[in-house]
Amino acid sequence: MAAHLKKRVYEEFTKVVQENDPSVRLKIASLLGLLSKTAGFSPDCIMDDAINILQNEKSHQVLAQLLDTLLAIGTKLPENQAIQNRLVDVACKHLTDTSHGVRNKCLQLLGNLGSLEKSVTKDGEGLAVRDVQKIIGDYFSDQDPRVRTAAIKAMLQLHERGLKLHQTIYNQACKLLSDDYEQVRSAAVQLIWVVSQLYPESIVPIPSSNEEIRLVDDAFGKICHMVSDGSWVVRVQAAKLLGSMEQVSSHFLEQTLDKKLMSDLRRKRTAHERAKELYSSGEFSSGRKWGDDAPKEEIDTGAVNLIESGACGAFVHGLEDEMYEVRIAAVEALCMLAQSSPSFAEKCLDFLVDMFNDEIEEVRLQSIHTMRKISNNITLREDQLDTVLAVLEDSSRDIREALHELLCCTNVSTKEGIHLALVELLKNLTKYPTDRDSIWKCLKFLGSRHPTLVLPLVPELLSTHPFFDTAEPDMDDPAYIAVLVLIFNAAKTCPTMPALFSDHTFRHYAYLRDSLSHLVPALRLPGRKLVSSTLSANITPHEDPSHQFLQQSLERVYSLQHLDPQGAQELLELTIRDLQRLGELQSELAGVADFSATYLRCQLLLIKALQEKLWNVAAPLYLKQSDLASAAAKQIMEETYKMEFMYSGVENKQVVIIHHMRLQAKALQLIVTARTTRGVDPLFGMCEKFLQEVDFFQRCFIADLPHLQDSFVDKLLDLMPRLMTSKPVEVVKIVQTMLRQSTFLHLPLPEQIHKASATIIEPAGESDNPLRFTSGLVVALDVDATLEHVQDPQNTVKVQVLYPDGQAQMIHPKPADFRNPGPGRHRLITQVYLSHTAWTEPCQVEVRLLLAYNSNSRLPKSPWVEGGEVSPQVETSVIEGTIPFSKSVKVYIMPKPARR
Amino acid sequence: MGWNVLGALSLPCMFPWPVCGGDGCFLPHPSFPQQPRGSSFPSPRRALQARGCRVPSGGLRQVAGAIACSSRETDMGEVRKGWQRLTPPSRPGAGQDVGRSCILVSIGGKNVMLDCGMHMGFNDDRRFPDFSYITRNGRLTDFLDCVIISHFHLDHCGALPYFSEMVGYDGPIYMTHPTQAICPILLEDYRKIAVDKKGEANFFTSQMIKDCMKKVVAVHLHQTVQVDDELEIKAYYAGHVLGAAMFQIKVGSESVVYTGDYNMTPDRHLGAAWIDKCRPNLLITESTYATTIRDSKRCRERDFLKKVHEAVERGGKVLIPVFALGRAQELCILLETFWERMNLKAPIYFSTGLTEKANHYYKLFITWTNQKIRKTFVQRNMFEFKHIKAFDRAFADNPGPMVVFATPGMLHAGQSLQIFRKWAGNEKNMVIMPGYCVQGTVGHKILSGQRKLEMEGRQVLEVKMQVEYMSFSAHADAKGIMQLVGQAEPENVLLVHGEAKKMEFLKQKIEQEFRVNCYMPANGETVTLPTSPSIPVGISLGLLKREMAQGLLPDAKKPRLLHGTLIMKDSNFRLVSSEQALKELGLAEHQLRFTCRVHLHDPRKEQETALRVYSHLKSVLKDHCVQHLPDGSVTVESILIQAAAHSEDPGTKVLLVSWTYQDEELGSYLTSLLKKGLPQGAT
Repeated sequence: MAAHLKKRVYEEFTKVVQENDPSVRLKIASLLGLLSKTAGFSPDCIMDDAINILQNEKSHQVLAQLLDTLLAIGTKLPENQAIQNRLVDVACKHLTDTSHGVRNKCLQLLGNLGSLEKSVTKDGEGLAVRDVQKIIGDYFSDQDPRVRTAAIKAMLQLHERGLKLHQTIYNQACKLLSDDYEQVRSAAVQLIWVVSQLYPESIVPIPSSNEEIRLVDDAFGKICHMVSDGSWVVRVQAAKLLGSMEQVSSHFLEQTLDKKLMSDLRRKRTAHERAKELYSSGEFSSGRKWGDDAPKEEIDTGAVNLIESGACGAFVHGLEDEMYEVRIAAVEALCMLAQSSPSFAEKCLDFLVDMFNDEIEEVRLQSIHTMRKISNNITLREDQLDTVLAVLEDSSRDIREALHELLCCTNVSTKEGIHLALVELLKNLTKYPTDRDSIWKCLKFLGSRHPTLVLPLVPELLSTHPFFDTAEPDMDDPAYIAVLVLIFNAAKTCPTMPALFSDHTFRHYAYLRDSLSHLVPALRLPGRKLVSSTLSANITPHEDPSHQFLQQSLERVYSLQHLDPQGAQELLELTIRDLQRLGELQSELAGVADFSATYLRCQLLLIKALQEKLWNVAAPLYLKQSDLASAAAKQIMEETYKMEFMYSGVENKQVVIIHHMRLQAKALQLIVTARTTRGVDPLFGMCEKFLQEVDFFQRCFIADLPHLQDSFVDKLLDLMPRLMTSKPVEVVKIVQTMLRQSTFLHLPLPEQIHKASATIIEPAGESDNPLRFTSGLVVALDVDATLEHVQDPQNTVKVQVLYPDGQAQMIHPKPADFRNPGPGRHRLITQVYLSHTAWTEPCQVEVRLLLAYNSNSRLPKSPWVEGGEVSPQVETSVIEGTIPFSKSVKVYIMPKPARR
Repeated sequence: MGWNVLGALSLPCMFPWPVCGGDGCFLPHPSFPQQPRGSSFPSPRRALQARGCRVPSGGLRQVAGAIACSSRETDMGEVRKGWQRLTPPSRPGAGQDVGRSCILVSIGGKNVMLDCGMHMGFNDDRRFPDFSYITRNGRLTDFLDCVIISHFHLDHCGALPYFSEMVGYDGPIYMTHPTQAICPILLEDYRKIAVDKKGEANFFTSQMIKDCMKKVVAVHLHQTVQVDDELEIKAYYAGHVLGAAMFQIKVGSESVVYTGDYNMTPDRHLGAAWIDKCRPNLLITESTYATTIRDSKRCRERDFLKKVHEAVERGGKVLIPVFALGRAQELCILLETFWERMNLKAPIYFSTGLTEKANHYYKLFITWTNQKIRKTFVQRNMFEFKHIKAFDRAFADNPGPMVVFATPGMLHAGQSLQIFRKWAGNEKNMVIMPGYCVQGTVGHKILSGQRKLEMEGRQVLEVKMQVEYMSFSAHADAKGIMQLVGQAEPENVLLVHGEAKKMEFLKQKIEQEFRVNCYMPANGETVTLPTSPSIPVGISLGLLKREMAQGLLPDAKKPRLLHGTLIMKDSNFRLVSSEQALKELGLAEHQLRFTCRVHLHDPRKEQETALRVYSHLKSVLKDHCVQHLPDGSVTVESILIQAAAHSEDPGTKVLLVSWTYQDEELGSYLTSLLKKGLPQGAT
């Protein structure tokens, strides 16, 4: 909407402002607010009017709405100090209003616009700049809880805007912690947290005693106390904030885990303490006797503080809270605190381990992840390990895999611990054979982390005997492979270990080193030469010979235009082959190599298509041959989409080149169709479309155009005015010459580039038993896949099902079906519903994963959607096309006719 | 003038309750008012007081009280430690040292009975409370406005049929829906044992249970139930067992909260107790674990699961003796979810009968369970056990591992003992006692480490199986009690249901932390609590507006002075303007004028003196209208000041100051001002 139009609209509005009906006035006020939010409308002109209306307005609702409008105006003009001050004055004046809604809005206004800096006083105003904090603080004791909440929120808003809150607010906020209303308490907890972060080292007195403590400690105690609040919303809030209070003294921190147990006034040890004691005393049987936990020392009744103990046991309470939201928040907070304090990490271990038995899977999973995150700070005791390992039998795959990840980075203290872990993992393997890969990987890390602990176990694990030869184990047994993975990884840093191997172990090593090279490291074995060179680890990637090779071959290609077409083609083919082979050999270069090879292939196709001799032949004769050129154009298009969307780490400068290539393909298409179609009419549309594409290209990449000197598009743009006016036939002619003259653009290589890939783990596609179901009904097929280097998989990854009749179905998995086990990796676990009419015999359907793309998402926002009326959701959900990026898996199904 | 209420209030009066002492005698409390309801307050102003009104003079001083009689609870299968003064029964085999809960509260003229429990340790009259204590002559219905039952444990509801059918009570009985459903099952079960097995006479019949349940009014959580015009009750969630509730009893602005038994930590099937900040005058709370702070429940659960899992893995059989309701369901859920999670295949059995019926109700009352069960019941009701099946006697001899829940919980008789005998000889097997066992039972013997048991018929049973003890209890610990007190913010706390010595500790803590009074009455003792209720006073709008107009907006923190007349008529209070009061009462208005002479040393003429006074007052009283009248007198608002020469001493002038009663404040201020003399420089 143009500015003048807006002005006009506003004038219309002001005419009806005198409307009698308050609801109409309310609507107008809200529309004014919306109007002033739109771009290109300078809201200062309506401010005076709005303030005038405000003064005469009687209805509280309309007042509140008008203040809201003023807020919109104020936020639109953040630089104009005078306006801000004026608005603040207006807000202060209406703070005494009897309606809570008006007071709320005033406070909101103060929070958003009020400033602290006294220096900006304008003498012209004649008003001393008010102390906004003081004014807002006065409303902490308002009679309406909503206003109290708004006051705290306004204060937090001030903080967010970078104004430093006064320390005096702390005491006021503390009083609000015992407010009757949960939203007030919840906001107060936040405020206390904010103040504690601002003034951690200030000293505050403890009431009813002469002692003083640091403010952050005091705040910590108070927030801990809120973990046992009556409202779960407050509890969640408090538990969350605890995690970010890292400056708190360790003395206070450790109290959160100590509930000070007692029984009949005698001090009792916790089960955790008892377990620890049992462990350190070397005794193994646990409390089988009744009264084993009998309390010991007497407690001085005066010293026991049941409730004011502040931090005491806050996490113990939080972790056994009724609501799982609170428990999760508490686990997260524990995690954050433990990461910053190793001694606390050690102490909270017992509690985290206990959380592995929570009734809600999410909580269990969260606590396992937490444990993994703090694992470098801790060493598991045997009894703790025992509890951890018990969870390996969990039926949830997520839990087991999270646990494997945890074991990968856990420190174990004894060789019994390692043995225990191995035994439990093998048990896990027999119970859930699908966990194979994850378990092997876990043992790999377990072995390489604890070589000295594995060493004494080797004879037992390999069941070797000093005198007798034992039977050779089955090489295909996953359990045996698991043991070997553990041993070989330990042996890497323990040179004495290979001496304990028997002959067949060496043979198995050689076999595994070849077949499972990602799990079995290179060993320095007697009588064998080391396979991988130790030198390669020291050189940086740029000096890496393979990287150099890549660079050289690409440079060679870019000198292309000087060669004759035949030679160019050969060189391209050769280089593509080289690159592909390189990608296979060097996994870290695979992305780059593939990416470059694809680009070269596009170029090759283009050259081939242009080399067709038949370009010179008259159109009617050409018809038959056109297949090749149009197929090439189509393929180039596909390849460019792949390049653009299947690689992560593609930067803008690559995107330009890719789009340029696509444009060339489109030009090719245009020429081919121009030559093959008769009549001029269809050409009109095509030409127009092509010119639009060129225009679009120019708009998108205007900044990059200087880099495209002498390129196809550069030349095309020079001739653009002429093209616009020419007839289609002429356009085609020009484009054709251009295309033939265009040079080969150099593709700069990005720093990090990875090709997206997906592997469907399940269904495995090996089953001979068809899935039977009644036709017309659905059958759920579990799909489990790992995705690598996919950006934003929630929106882009789709599942496709191809039925034998050619019918294809695309399924959009739910965002919750995607897990993120590590950087760059995703896991899709979802259910696909299949349905079909009855078949006479079982047949196979194909399941594969697709990457959906939409090239328009790169477009800069069109100016007319500036107001954000079109939500980004709508825009991105439009799928322009899809790229299959996984091998398809065949599933045997059989829809039976329904029985009548 | 403004008025301020002094004096005392009147409020609840609680009745003493008879309790059996150790010797089993009943001691009627001498102070118990033996009047029928409605006349318990002889004061003519009873109606007024019933509404919580308080009279501003010290004349009407009434007492309020709460009585608590309590004895220990049964909570089947849990730790029981009797009242200090309640000696446990020494009869062998009876086995259960249990108490009963029964409290009478009188609040604002209403009499309410909280819980109607029985004592399972006695088989004679002593098992029920002595209801003749309430009234010797006259019907109970006349004395009690309602009866509230907190939950279905027999020590809280066991005497109900006796009370309502045999003693005779026809008033309403309030309980929650699950309690209403499960309570009759338990009563019937108990009746069967008492009558059919032990052959007792003079016991309530099945029909009586049914009739009694017809008098029950079921309430929902947080539903405010109007018992009559003045009395209302409201239930809050209490955890503990299915359907357990805390009750708020409210008359006018006065309220009492009775917690019954509650649990502040959630368990596998129930949530935690919760109450809003209702600020009752009195909170009656149980204090079973007054001196205990418990360890995290997670350790206990983990230990339990680990033990069961290990035993099952090595092929052993696990016996868990439990009582039919409450903990049994919790343990079932615990094992069920564990089996589900760990994909275990060993069968779990549950002894049939009472439990099956009870499980049925657990399935129905999903809203009363914890978050997890409530959230997931749409997919699957957690009480629809997949792995837990009904037990048949023949299953005990099946080979292979299994877990069996069997009743009763102390291994003293029945199915659990039978199974125990079968399995005791094998060291692979295990028995887990989830609760406390009374001395003399097999459970107690094996827990104390006895390995050879003498059974009936001089058989000696050698116990080779493992014996484990796990404590699962559903009461709030000391911290939990404090937490609840903190949540409710009561004015007074009354502890029941615990040992005196332990309560003493908690009492001290509560008084120290919350600075509220805390009481711990002995059985049969009456506690009387004074309260200070607020008294609503009607004010005429005209007066309010007039007074409002004079000052700034009302501020909640500062008291405001208001001029008016308080009329007490027909037990209601009204604040009206004095004119209206005069009109209503048909009185003529009398003018009251104060006159005062102030001697002023001033040799000048009267007129000059008056002028000086005028200018002085003008400069001091800037806010008031000071005028100098032509006749030489000075007025400040309506106050008249005249100067006259002193008849004897010409050097002294007499200032006559006169003001009406309404201007008393200004008048006295003015006098004191003038008494200080005029400033010298003022001319």
